[in-house]
Amino acid sequence: MRRIAVLLLLALALWAPAAGAVEPAEKLADPALESRAREISQVLRCVVCQNQSIDDSNAELAHDMRLLVRERLVKGESNQQVIDYMVSRYGDFVLLKPPVKAKTYALWFGPLALFLIAVAVAVVFVRRRAAATAAAPAPLSDDERRRLDELMKGGDR
Amino acid sequence: MKRALYFLPLLVFAVLAGYFYVGLGMDPRTLPNMLEGKPVPAFDLAPIKGRERGFANTDLLGQVTLVNVFGSWCIACQAEHPFLMRIKEAGWVPIYGIDWRERDPDAGPLWLRKWGDPYTVVGDDPKSHAAIAFGVTGAPETFLVDKQGVVRYKQVGPITPEVWEGTLWPLIQELRK
Repeated sequence: MRRIAVLLLLALALWAPAAGAVEPAEKLADPALESRAREISQVLRCVVCQNQSIDDSNAELAHDMRLLVRERLVKGESNQQVIDYMVSRYGDFVLLKPPVKAKTYALWFGPLALFLIAVAVAVVFVRRRAAATAAAPAPLSDDERRRLDELMKGGDR
Repeated sequence: MKRALYFLPLLVFAVLAGYFYVGLGMDPRTLPNMLEGKPVPAFDLAPIKGRERGFANTDLLGQVTLVNVFGSWCIACQAEHPFLMRIKEAGWVPIYGIDWRERDPDAGPLWLRKWGDPYTVVGDDPKSHAAIAFGVTGAPETFLVDKQGVVRYKQVGPITPEVWEGTLWPLIQELRK
């Protein structure tokens, strides 16, 4: 019984929404703006630690970037404007999710293309094999029949 | 014709291997210099503590300059510092400083008093406004700016004599023409 309770508690602990690295002092008073700031922070990469969003990172530069995101929101910029500013400074690299554009088509659609090619190859292969088995074998010639009879007769030896 | 088809997987493998080989040689830590060929971002930094002159982007017009992002907390900056002093003493090119992310406003001025000041002016950037505008990811980073105030080159990491002779000095001479 106690074990179950502990497990439940653990599960609850895991459920808690990730708080990120945002410090209380950073937060904006306006909850709507703050939630937009969190949204933006989650798609921006921390350029120091690189595989974390600035929302998750404790790096000092990530901290300053979070503050800058909030500052720009307070000034009245849209989410996209804030993100565009960061991209203009650090390039597409600052986006955790690579944008869909000509340069990244291979990345986005390559796997799908490979899958379609594989399906096409499989379809052709299976059809050919089915056609080969479906075709009835040619009937035995007289010569073949004679040899077969001979083999059957001599089978006991 | 059919025979040739058997070599297709090998060909695909070769192409992929080629991509991966090139990818292995790339350093994911070097970001593209987004500012190259673009004007220096607008900024107007306050002076560091105890000084009167701050540093604004308009200070850079009319001459070829280096903009060096440093901090007293940054070990690599200390390694770079003697060479910056040499540039200053030889009068090769004016260096403008951005004192980045000092937690203690006294730390920057103290550092410069202790080791020497290679900068024409120094701006204080405690909240990374200028650093982010420049797309800085770490210190030291140095930007080569032409007479029109356009960024021409970004040096990530310390300026060593090799970097100076091999890259920066030839570029500076080119830009002065």
